[in-house]
Amino acid sequence: MRISVEQIRRKYLRHDKKFPHVWCPGCGNGIVMGALLRAIDGLSLPKDEVVLASGIGCSGRMPTYLDFNTLHTTHGRALTFATGIKLAKPSLNVIAIMGDGDASAIGGNHFIHAARRNLNLTAIIINNSIYGMTGGQYSPTTPFGSKSTTSVHGHIEQAFSIAELAVTSGAGFVARSTVYHAELMAHLIEMAIEKVGFSVVEVISNCHVQYGRRNQLGGAVEMLQSYKDNAVTVKRATSLTEEELEGKITIGVLADREMPISTEEYEKVRQRAKERGGNVGC
Amino acid sequence: MTRELLTGNGAAALGAKLAGIEYLPAFPITPQTEVIETLSKWIEEGSMDCKMVTMESEHSMVTAAGAAAATGVRTFTATSSQGLLYAAEMLHTVTGWRVPFVLVNVSRGLASPITLEPDHNDIMALRDAGFVQIHCSTCQEVLDSMILAYRLSEDAGVRLPVIVNYDGFYLSFTREPVEVPNQEYVDRFLPPFPTNQPRFSADHPMSQGVAVLGGSAYSYFKYQTHLALLNAGLIYKQITNEFQILFSRSYDPVELYKLKDAEYAFLMIGSFSCKGKEAVDQLRAAGWKIGLVRPRLTRPFPMDELRKSLAPLKGVAVIDQNLSLGMGGVLHQETAAALYPLITRPILAAFVGGLGGRDISAEEFYSMAETIREAVKTGETPPQRLLYTEKENTDMQQLQRIAGTHTTSP
Ligand SMILES: Cc1ncc(C[n+]2csc(CCOP(=O)(O)OP(=O)(O)O)c2C)c(N)n1
Ligand code: SF4
Repeated sequence: MRISVEQIRRKYLRHDKKFPHVWCPGCGNGIVMGALLRAIDGLSLPKDEVVLASGIGCSGRMPTYLDFNTLHTTHGRALTFATGIKLAKPSLNVIAIMGDGDASAIGGNHFIHAARRNLNLTAIIINNSIYGMTGGQYSPTTPFGSKSTTSVHGHIEQAFSIAELAVTSGAGFVARSTVYHAELMAHLIEMAIEKVGFSVVEVISNCHVQYGRRNQLGGAVEMLQSYKDNAVTVKRATSLTEEELEGKITIGVLADREMPISTEEYEKVRQRAKERGGNVGC
Repeated sequence: MTRELLTGNGAAALGAKLAGIEYLPAFPITPQTEVIETLSKWIEEGSMDCKMVTMESEHSMVTAAGAAAATGVRTFTATSSQGLLYAAEMLHTVTGWRVPFVLVNVSRGLASPITLEPDHNDIMALRDAGFVQIHCSTCQEVLDSMILAYRLSEDAGVRLPVIVNYDGFYLSFTREPVEVPNQEYVDRFLPPFPTNQPRFSADHPMSQGVAVLGGSAYSYFKYQTHLALLNAGLIYKQITNEFQILFSRSYDPVELYKLKDAEYAFLMIGSFSCKGKEAVDQLRAAGWKIGLVRPRLTRPFPMDELRKSLAPLKGVAVIDQNLSLGMGGVLHQETAAALYPLITRPILAAFVGGLGGRDISAEEFYSMAETIREAVKTGETPPQRLLYTEKENTDMQQLQRIAGTHTTSP
């Protein structure tokens, strides 16, 4: 049986210490947090064995509210901290939570290399197309032509597709959801955590306050509605032409493949070295 | 000349506009973001002819700024705190290129713990990078320092980037009346970017950032940069004199407040010195012979001016809004170093306060004055003190109890 909201609150939130939260009413971040908790609960992961690392941004506040081992790092560095934790204690479930700026601007290099290395980590990227926390400047996922405080007449650069970037960079598991598709999101996060390898879940989310308002996309409800209207499943997407896919959001599993995992490969090297009688100290 | 109500960030942006900046690589960070957003707005509405690009981090931002300046373009950029430190590698690098540009740093504490509020740990951590550092205490000073900074930076005897520094929140978001100089006067004071200095051009190729192996060439160039920075102190005095003639505002390397007959003084930088001056006024009303000394330049460090102004005093309370962990306040160390060669010198009392946006209250200024007077009486230098109240300590313990951790009092 699915855990109720009240049970989630009691079991996983630092409800008596860290609330009220700082997010704007209707922000997609809360929906992602709910989905993450349902996924963790669905997998029955002991709280002590879960580590959440985040960068800086509205999305970066999430671990502060959650009762696991949590680390609120610096802007763009969630994955490097997560990497350190995973290498030192491979048995822990390490989940990095990032904004699109965190993951693809200042921390972009870490992102492609964590994917290439295929380290056994889970990365959840909340893509709201903007730098939310600093007040709405364009980010690497701001669509061409969109308005932000630093592109008043419309953005003149092309946007990254985060999930596709992860696929080409070598991640073992890559999926995309929107905050409208909360159930699907929880399911994808579950799969991502279970997957051995670098797993990425990109969540298209609404920052109606900094992005929606400037681009006449309405409030939270209208933005969620547009996610509902424009989402196509990976399966359906294969039967659509490029023109038909224009403006659509492909949701579901984009890649699920077995690739060498760096922690496991490293362990093999250590074993071989030991067998040869080498001195493996640490 | 007009009078406008401007925030510190607004004053910095207007200063950049008046200076006629041509290129602005940017990256947002609180509490600086308003500077680049204001400029972005002016560029987009066509009231400024400047190119702006939001980069993917401060590291690339400072790289772009240094490289643009090397082509002979008047360049501006701005950051704060984590951003300044993230750019640290390039900050050291571009001073070696000897390229002139201006960087605004809106001071904010450093992680961790994470904070948005001001102190000077960010700017102090970059004191050895080779930038000239100008510290402002009012919004007027922010605007004027922008114009001074370009003139200083582009001087043939300097050719170094300049940081204009001011406190986040206390100045960045506080509106004050600011006299905005006429463009014509600014242009007279600050001519266009000099064309007769080395720069990248198609007909005279040159190389920057050359590798030099063996310590000899390396030592030569590093020391040259040091000498140029020291020289910036002399040039600064010349150009502030000119500035005063044109704009009737003076900006000595060290501001002296009610120091003439003083026996004691507070020594501090930045906007909190306004609180310090207020405390001086109150203490003087109560009969104290006390003043305030505020270095505007911290790089180059105004050794001579400090020696001259502090030598006649009996005692000085140095207030550092930074903490060099394992040592203490940076201003205190550097002031002590400046005074060391003097045969008679004042007793220094070291205080660390205002970290992470914490206020420094009037009572604390009075208590610091008491401490330094007592030290002068006994002849004993007091131990360094963190400005922290009993109540704050109890509140912290209470919070730690809620968090379920064990407490140790500082
Ligand atoms: C080194 C550094 N540079 C800049 C910042 C300022 N900053 C804080 S959050 C942020 C961007 C936030 O955007 P995103 O990562 O997309 O997260 P969101 O707030 O939208 O969730 C920036 C630029 C910082 N904290 N550190
Ligand atoms: S600014 Fe945007 S991303 Fe941040 S809390 Fe508000 S709605 Fe959410």
